[in-house]
Amino acid sequence: MAKGIWVFAEQREGQIKKVTYELLSEGRQMADQLGEELCAVLVGKDVAEMAGSLGEYGADKVLVVENEALENYTTDGYTNAIAELIRQNEPSAFLLGCTVTGRDLAAQLAQRLETGLMTDCTGMEIADGQLVFTRPIYAGKATVRAACPEARPVMATIRPNTFVAVANAKTAEVVKAAVDPGNIRQVIKDIVRQISERPELTEADIVISGGRGIKSPENFKVLEELADVLGGAVGASRAAVDAGWISHSYQVGQTGKTVSPVLYIACGISGAIQHLAGMSSAKCIVAINKDEEANIFNVADYGIVGDIFDIVPVLTEELKKITA
Amino acid sequence: MKYVVLLKQVYDTETKITLDANGTISNSGITLIMNPYDEYAVEEALRLKEKGEGEVTVVSAGGQQVQDALRQALAMGADKAVLVDSEGADLDEYATAIILAKAIENIGFDVILGGFRAIDDGSAQVAGRVAEILKVPVVNVITKLEVEGSQATATREIEGGSEVVEVSLPAVFTAQKGLNEPRYPSMKGIMKAKKKPMDKKTLADLGLDNDQIAARVKPISFSLPEARKAGRVIPGEPGQAAAELAKLLREEAKVI
Repeated sequence: MAKGIWVFAEQREGQIKKVTYELLSEGRQMADQLGEELCAVLVGKDVAEMAGSLGEYGADKVLVVENEALENYTTDGYTNAIAELIRQNEPSAFLLGCTVTGRDLAAQLAQRLETGLMTDCTGMEIADGQLVFTRPIYAGKATVRAACPEARPVMATIRPNTFVAVANAKTAEVVKAAVDPGNIRQVIKDIVRQISERPELTEADIVISGGRGIKSPENFKVLEELADVLGGAVGASRAAVDAGWISHSYQVGQTGKTVSPVLYIACGISGAIQHLAGMSSAKCIVAINKDEEANIFNVADYGIVGDIFDIVPVLTEELKKITA
Repeated sequence: MKYVVLLKQVYDTETKITLDANGTISNSGITLIMNPYDEYAVEEALRLKEKGEGEVTVVSAGGQQVQDALRQALAMGADKAVLVDSEGADLDEYATAIILAKAIENIGFDVILGGFRAIDDGSAQVAGRVAEILKVPVVNVITKLEVEGSQATATREIEGGSEVVEVSLPAVFTAQKGLNEPRYPSMKGIMKAKKKPMDKKTLADLGLDNDQIAARVKPISFSLPEARKAGRVIPGEPGQAAAELAKLLREEAKVI
């Protein structure tokens, strides 16, 4: 009998990713309804000290896998270790954040375990006693509810910012598991990280994006100042990326990143359907654009028609006062 | 060297999605294109081949209409195409990967490339699953690839940066935007493509029966989300409007 809802506790350099807490909080509800245990799986090198916070967000148990060879994420290392752990314990579900790592690991693991995987989900419920997931398809133009009725564990990756992380004072049982990372065929030669004080684009609560109306790479500074006042991330539309003003890693849209922030401020973005695909699940959308006919106004909760260089600096100052 | 590209035909990004009488996604009146991420994969395979020698095969599973996307790859310069006819089968990523892996085993391979995700269902898992079935390593979301003999070095995107990964071939790589700039098929290429081999296989040809490709994931229902409604435009001078917006975000929307 398969038992237990498992959550992948994604960490990087000693920090648990926020999406992990979101999954644990929602997973807690599901586990209670199904009468199952909620377990976090924490993998890496010297990671045990991070286990405590996982209990605070709802985990009954934390399975810790520590190994020198698991210091950096590799597809093989993590797949080998977690597949063995799953075979030993037979959980009924395994949930991951839909991050670069979560996506990579989930596909590999699902095939190793010959099970079903639903990716980039924006909803989770229990229907007829089984977990059912909602996922946007066709760039958010439709949604599908789907389940994996037979194979176990059912696997899903959940889009960051879908669920709210709720802390409660709880202590999880921490169990160290010795599993073998096996033969790792991906050899990491170099890791380059852009040093940024700002949150990860896909995880940020607030995203300030610039489009064609930004006009030059230097002008992104205006958006960065606003982002920094709000503790947000900076994004861009394809037009700004294709113009060479900012790197593709900032692109929001169908051929870029999908974001679900609480607040999305689109500055000088026309709102092409491919851009909307990447941000229309934001809770509140603000559009600032010179062209009052711009499509972005059709999806924005608040809009200002005007020049971003007149408006954004004032907005930054006003918000600085409010949030001070 | 044998280069194989996993190719998917998808709905054009401008397509309006509707539901048919059965409540599933309607395929009437839609335009089909090659998944844009797969174009990067085709281009990369062609560039690798052009640096040395070898053969580029594009492979897909689906109905007969998928030939159009495969022909486009042939027109770009791929040498041959394999289409596994899976018309009528309810495939999920698990089943699709089994079919493609089987076809690839028959073709032979050193480098397998695919888009890191398809723009329709965006599931980003078939290529990884294919690697697992074929027991070869995968490197996902790459923006650079170099092949030296039987070694490959790829730069891949990670959150907040990039990493350089080395693997021995054969291996699977999935393409991210930025890997290259895909070429357009030339008129000559389009003419030549008409004569290039299009190998059509049935599931039975690959020795696959329905049990082996039984989908793990079952859709329950489809729906069209309610369109977002336009909110309000804040009037006034730039400074005034910006101040009003700040106030509304705080007091009305309560998002800051």
